[in-house]
Amino acid sequence: MPNTTFIILILLLPLVSFVLLGLFGRKYIKAGSGIIATILLLATFLVSIYTACHYFFEYGKINGVYEKLVPVKYTWLAFSNGLAIDMGVLLDPISSMMLVVVSLVSLMVHIYSLVYMKGEERFSTYYAFLGLFTFSMLGLVVSVNIFQIYFFWELVGVSSFLLIGYYYDRPSAVAACKKAFIVTRFADAGFLIGILILSYYSGTLDFAALIEKLTAPGSTELGNALSASFLGLSALTWGMLLVFMGAAGKSAMFPLHIWLPDAMEGPTPVSALIHAATMVVAGVFLVARLFPVFALSAPEVLNVVAYIGAFSALFAAIIACAQTDIKRVLAYSTMSQIGYMMFALGVSKYGGEGGLGYTASMFHLFTHAMFKALLFLCAGAIIHFVHSNEMKDMGGLRKFLPVTHFTFLIACLAISGVPFFSGFFSKEEILTAALNHNIAIYWAGLATAGLTSFYMFRLYFNIFWGKEFRQHGETRREGGFAMKAPMILLAIGAALAGYIPFGKFISSDGKALAIPFELKHAIAPVALSFVGALIAAWLYLRQNNKPQKIAASLSALHQSAYRKFYIDEGYLFITQKIIFNIVGKTADWFDKNMVNGLVNLTASSTQAFSFATKKMQSGKVQQYAIYFLGGAILLAVLFVYVWK
Amino acid sequence: MNLLLLILTPLLTAIAVLLPRNKQHVKWVSFFGSIVQSALAFVLFFAFRRARTEDPSSPMLFEQKHKLFEALNINLHLGVDGISVAMILLTSFVVTAGVLVSWNVEKMTKEFHFLLMLLALGAYGLFISLDLFVLFFFLEISVIPKYLLIGIWGSGKKEYAANKLALMLMSGSALILVGILGLYFSNNRDFDLLSLSRASIPGSVQDIIFPLVFTGFGVFTALFPFHTWVPDGHSSAPTAGSMFLAGISMKLGGYGCLRIAIFLLPQAAKHYADIIIILSAIGVLYGAFVTMMQRDLKYINAYSSVSHVGFSLLALGMLTQTAMVGAVMQMVSHGLMTALFFAVIGMIYDRTHTRMVNEMGGLMKAMPFITTAFFIVGLCSLGLPGLSGFVAEMTILVGSWENSGLVHRAATVAAVLSIVVTAVYILRAIAHTAMGPVKHERHLQLKDAAWNEKLAAVILIAGILSIGLAPGWLSDLLKPATEVIMNKLK
Repeated sequence: MPNTTFIILILLLPLVSFVLLGLFGRKYIKAGSGIIATILLLATFLVSIYTACHYFFEYGKINGVYEKLVPVKYTWLAFSNGLAIDMGVLLDPISSMMLVVVSLVSLMVHIYSLVYMKGEERFSTYYAFLGLFTFSMLGLVVSVNIFQIYFFWELVGVSSFLLIGYYYDRPSAVAACKKAFIVTRFADAGFLIGILILSYYSGTLDFAALIEKLTAPGSTELGNALSASFLGLSALTWGMLLVFMGAAGKSAMFPLHIWLPDAMEGPTPVSALIHAATMVVAGVFLVARLFPVFALSAPEVLNVVAYIGAFSALFAAIIACAQTDIKRVLAYSTMSQIGYMMFALGVSKYGGEGGLGYTASMFHLFTHAMFKALLFLCAGAIIHFVHSNEMKDMGGLRKFLPVTHFTFLIACLAISGVPFFSGFFSKEEILTAALNHNIAIYWAGLATAGLTSFYMFRLYFNIFWGKEFRQHGETRREGGFAMKAPMILLAIGAALAGYIPFGKFISSDGKALAIPFELKHAIAPVALSFVGALIAAWLYLRQNNKPQKIAASLSALHQSAYRKFYIDEGYLFITQKIIFNIVGKTADWFDKNMVNGLVNLTASSTQAFSFATKKMQSGKVQQYAIYFLGGAILLAVLFVYVWK
Repeated sequence: MNLLLLILTPLLTAIAVLLPRNKQHVKWVSFFGSIVQSALAFVLFFAFRRARTEDPSSPMLFEQKHKLFEALNINLHLGVDGISVAMILLTSFVVTAGVLVSWNVEKMTKEFHFLLMLLALGAYGLFISLDLFVLFFFLEISVIPKYLLIGIWGSGKKEYAANKLALMLMSGSALILVGILGLYFSNNRDFDLLSLSRASIPGSVQDIIFPLVFTGFGVFTALFPFHTWVPDGHSSAPTAGSMFLAGISMKLGGYGCLRIAIFLLPQAAKHYADIIIILSAIGVLYGAFVTMMQRDLKYINAYSSVSHVGFSLLALGMLTQTAMVGAVMQMVSHGLMTALFFAVIGMIYDRTHTRMVNEMGGLMKAMPFITTAFFIVGLCSLGLPGLSGFVAEMTILVGSWENSGLVHRAATVAAVLSIVVTAVYILRAIAHTAMGPVKHERHLQLKDAAWNEKLAAVILIAGILSIGLAPGWLSDLLKPATEVIMNKLK
């Protein structure tokens, strides 16, 4: 392997952007902040591409297998018990791919925001936070150590918090950023305990060593982890389940998904970057990173991954059909697509043909990043034009936003799995993998495919067709070149990314995987997609009252889907009523009255005692004489009669 | 390096602040004194690192011994190990920042700074004493100034708070004194920490003395259920008073628990470990829940201190080296963090004249610097990577997990869960004050931090970042020192 320490630049450049703009942006750099951050990010992107290309085509493959390489590593904190937190860069197929995805989407968002966020009061702060996020996300994907991933995991969480709460004077944004942080924090508590369990049994925090020790058949570490049990589950199962809990929180899997739709309060380019293309797939990435342990040592947990993923995919797709805020539709769509990636991993095996799900999941992650980021950028352009998120304020926009219309259509075709667009290939692979391993999950995936196509085209027709849009007052125009260019570039990606032979580069065991294309497996999902799109066209192409009628006839279902199946209300009940009102208030009362009461009681009883006894010291000689006499008589009695 | 300097400098500063006539001069003298103390602390840190590489084996470095009172075998025995050096660095940071934020104290300025320096003297003295009697003397020196600081410069129910604090700490001291005397008489009238550590103290004696000393110091460091002086004391104290109280004073207790109770009475420490763990785990979680219900910023930080300090007591109870390193890290981290927190609260209160979170909102607009500092300290408190809290908490958790007993595991899980509750109350506090719509028009006219406040915040943030970004220096400092204690526990 050649000298590759320059790879560290990938992390340093966005960090420089954050520090520079964070310290000097607001007062000194001001409007130049955007350009500076974009240039730094462009450099990051180029280094990432260079690194990934070299990894895939030059030094990554050793004897026909893509190896895990560690060009940079140093010990950040060594504990006394032999465990150590290392910081470094791990290059393997998935991290190389993620480097490209993250830096590409981040670059697109940086460019797009030059126009979109222009004139904002906290323009430089915005770019500083983007830099922090990009730094943390890149650090996360190249982690060499499970604690390193946790480190950056928390950092992406906080950058997401800061960006969701970017419009800090809006109460809804403040509530959303709090919710996002706390829900993921709760999941991360599980992740942390999972890390503690895994490191305790494997005796290491290093990814490579940890995976090796927990997968080698007959190793003592694995034996101990499997034989120790708690509440009927082995320690390893607990560890992997809790790690998956962290992953599910970050990736908005049911039932920890509630923060994602609210996170749409952030600026739309941020939603494209964080809540569509990169951060929310961190959970999928984590499962992929530990995939050998899941597949070889904890298959029961992998099953949980599959079912949670499949349920989330379907559940979110149903909700998406009833939402009216375009960003929320896209948010539920993101959750649904991530569910796809999760269950693809869940049905996969390790190595060989059985590992198709793994490849498919990473493939879908890649294509999804393209089309979903594009959809959000389009949504941004639309919101920029209409000044509303609600579908009812839109309609007929194709005449006003030709570029947005065209790119949105491409993304729509890609996500719906229309043949020859990227989503078609990745989705087809996922469904094939599911069909081979678990038929129930296959049906869930198939149903989701139809629903996806329906809600996406519902969005498309409602925005660009249907009723005519009327300009009020000033004439607005489509955003400038800086907004269109990223959309066009991503549209090219969304159209063509499917032709990358993913199996060659990414597979569960590093060996090239030939993926046969079977036409018969493609028929059902494609047919369902067309049906979904046609129903959407029938309902929404022209303005009519059919949608209302259907909604009315399905009122119970529609209402529950619109209210997101009352999950939020359930959480609110638990947090407000139980944790806050019962636990919190009891603790507070206990502290004020019992603990503190005891202290005050001690004080007042001491005081009472001293009041009672201070009369003894009256200063009256006669009184003292009586005490003296009394004492003398008492002693005399004692000496004479008792202690003879 | 001569450790006497660390006692003399604050003493001389305390005397020197009494001399000038002009209030402005008093402040500058006090500030200058704190800078000299910080410089000394840094010199000590680097000298210690060098000396440690040359002499990796002796438990204490830079030792010196002077006879004070021969008849009772009391000596001025000084010496430091890594733990003391870390605590001294912390003290110097907090003292400097505390002096800076007190720039606006116009009431009896001279006396105020005199008491601050006396408090600093008590802390420095305690951290370098190796004679239990002298150590106790310095501990007491640090109590009286707190009483006066709250009683004179405080606000709210200050008389009640001052009395409560002084009485509770005094009863803690009484327990400690009985314990120390017990050690003294059971070991041929010896107060010397090092020779006591080599003496073999019978288990039955240890079992009697340990609870006295640990509880005594526990009162200082807000061990559940002896924490009630904390919220009242903090909320009534002036800003610098709160900073000293939480940043330094509470750490005296933690230091004593480790240095005297666990180090000298290792067998008893093992006996009582479960009780310590249970009490501190309750403190951690219960403190967090009570914090969640508070509306007054000072109460929020006071109760959150109970929770955070509980972390370090929990780690002490775990009796593993990693956890012990983590415990001291947490003391240092919490000291810096809580000092900054109180400093920020003071800055906000000086401007808005309220500490109630529901009376504020959108302060970020008018005070970007102060709210940024608030964000940083809040994120540190909830354990964000890159800031000191994360390092300390993770070290504690990794160290705690080494024990596989059910009590240990349950307590560790409780500690992990408390991190979630911490996120809840910190975000509530931040969201209500810094974010959201502006509640009062006049809040838009408020001025951001002045130079002295900025400098104080920057000093403390620098400390927090130096641990959070590159924790190696601190763990290297603490490892040999904790190893000495661990050897006793074997």
